[in-house]
Amino acid sequence: MSVVGVIGELLITGGVVVLLFIAWQLWFYDGIVGGELKEQATQQAQEWNEHAAANPTTTPGDPNEPSTEEPPVQAVPAAAEQFGMLIVPRWGADYYRPIAEGVGVSAVLNKGLLGHYPTTQMPGELGNFALAAHRTTKGGSLHHIHELQLGDNIYVETAAGWYRYSFRNLEYVRPTGVGVLDPVPQDPTAIPGERYITLTSCNPIISSIERIIAYGVYDGFFPRDTSKPANGAPEEIAATVMGTVDS
Amino acid sequence: MYGALWRVLPGPWWVRVLILLVLAAAVLAALVFWVFPWVDQFISLQEVTVDE
Repeated sequence: MSVVGVIGELLITGGVVVLLFIAWQLWFYDGIVGGELKEQATQQAQEWNEHAAANPTTTPGDPNEPSTEEPPVQAVPAAAEQFGMLIVPRWGADYYRPIAEGVGVSAVLNKGLLGHYPTTQMPGELGNFALAAHRTTKGGSLHHIHELQLGDNIYVETAAGWYRYSFRNLEYVRPTGVGVLDPVPQDPTAIPGERYITLTSCNPIISSIERIIAYGVYDGFFPRDTSKPANGAPEEIAATVMGTVDS
Repeated sequence: MYGALWRVLPGPWWVRVLILLVLAAAVLAALVFWVFPWVDQFISLQEVTVDE
């Protein structure tokens, strides 16, 4: 058999393997990573629930009505520390992804985590809580960002409880469009009177030419209270936070 | 290369096909569970943050 023939067969094999890799990355691995991230989030929630049960605080009110008090603001976490979870009912009850401090590519984003821009505010603080995550590959934590519809609830869970935001709109910007991170997005001189959430990812899918941005406005806080059903979480996300969703 | 593989395999044609299918499945499993995840950590083509 000729050397050329062997080389040809090797090249064809290599091409097939590369195609397999792309298919695996786009359609297979995100699901695996997503499942692992959900597992991490569920474990974190259990730890917080155990801690809350050991240090009970009673909060008045119906778990489906947000607290009437000012939401708590936690101290800025250490770099790459996981301090919260994102829950978006529009993206399915099994969507439950950890949030970490910072937007480092290897420390945070390529682990599939949502990264909190350190220059932006914390949940509960007046201003902007901005997150970044992959749209495809590495778990694709913002894969369905374009499917959000006006009024969709976006929840950020921390040790203290659940911050609820209401989705407002999408925006598309250049990769240098840092105005989306302003305390009042795109208005650098404004003094914030509200609490916003900003999600950033790449656009179009499988490209980095633009960024897709999703904005939400804070509309309530649900304290973690282990004496209530679902530990105080609203009914809409009870199955997600209790880890009773089959994936 | 594949022709040589076919010739060294024993048995009638359907046994060879069976062996090849098992081999292909083993190679695919190795790729999906070990090789691809390992390669993936070095490949990051997309940027998701805004940055000046």
